[in-house]
Amino acid sequence: MKYHLKVEVGLKPGHSDPEGETTSRLLRELGYKVDRVNVSKVYNVILEASSRQEALTKAEEMCKRLLANPTKDNYIIIVEEEK
Amino acid sequence: MKREEIRVCILRVGGTNCDAETQTAFEALNVQAEVLHVNEVVKRRSLLDYDALVFPGGFSFGDYVRAGAIWAKWILVKLGKELKAFVEEGRPILGICNGFQVLVEAGLLPAFEGIAQYPEAALATNHPPGYNCRWIYIKHENSGKCIFTRKIPKGKVLHMPVAHSEGRFLLPKEKEQRDLAKLYENDQLVFRYCTSDGKYADGKFPINPNGSFHDIVGICNPEGTVFGLMPHPERAFFWWQQPDWTSQMLMPHHGDGKLIFESLIDYLEKKF
Repeated sequence: MKYHLKVEVGLKPGHSDPEGETTSRLLRELGYKVDRVNVSKVYNVILEASSRQEALTKAEEMCKRLLANPTKDNYIIIVEEEK
Repeated sequence: MKREEIRVCILRVGGTNCDAETQTAFEALNVQAEVLHVNEVVKRRSLLDYDALVFPGGFSFGDYVRAGAIWAKWILVKLGKELKAFVEEGRPILGICNGFQVLVEAGLLPAFEGIAQYPEAALATNHPPGYNCRWIYIKHENSGKCIFTRKIPKGKVLHMPVAHSEGRFLLPKEKEQRDLAKLYENDQLVFRYCTSDGKYADGKFPINPNGSFHDIVGICNPEGTVFGLMPHPERAFFWWQQPDWTSQMLMPHHGDGKLIFESLIDYLEKKF
């Protein structure tokens, strides 16, 4: 079975986000009442796995081994069946 | 070991761009320095053929995912055992700029309890954001553990260029103070950003060019044989590389970066 992993990697609370701060400043200049912008990165991974649980386990491994640095990053994983 | 017998391996991959300057610096000190693509090492060589290893600056793999992350994981997959043996035998590894990012992502720095499975620190996006290319001052903080700076007196201020957009050294928030204390206890703190007269930057831009925690510029492992720093010693090696050389009446014979290369060579000559 093929699964679509949507992995979102962003900064943990408490770490400053220079890219988000710069973006929010400009959005305010453009007239939007923006409080804050947090920037994160999304990886769309198509993966072969025997079950949804296995796909999720693999995605967590990927985050720990490459996609996120535990010093500063959090991650959210969404698993869907690939159609 | 005689100086002429010392063999340094300067690794490169796609996106590395400071390999030639680093090689020139070593060769100026009469050391054999070879620039090798990692694939070449995998196919035909062993890291253990060399006495020291350098991960030079650049933008390996386009800085995708995070600066240094892909090269770090790739080398662990391809040459992990050799790299571990290299570290365990006390052979020196230097990481400059992108090379420092690689060493942190590979768990070779700070390596409080040996090589770490997952990164124990990070080199995050600069604050203020953007690519920062400028000459900065750094103060030597090490008491003798780091073999790359033994020829530099503690407290000495050096002048070197930085050129990066991900150089903000971070420790995990939840153990920031504890890990900082460990860096001091183990004598792993090597350089901090400062003014020309040695006052710490205290986070102020542009003295601290990237917002690094505790103005940290570079650290070594607890054994002092693996060292990473954001500035480029190879770009501050010859006197004519210094930014104000045309306006000075008297220039020193070399730039401050030379001291780092000399310290490494001195260690190899005595130890092996």
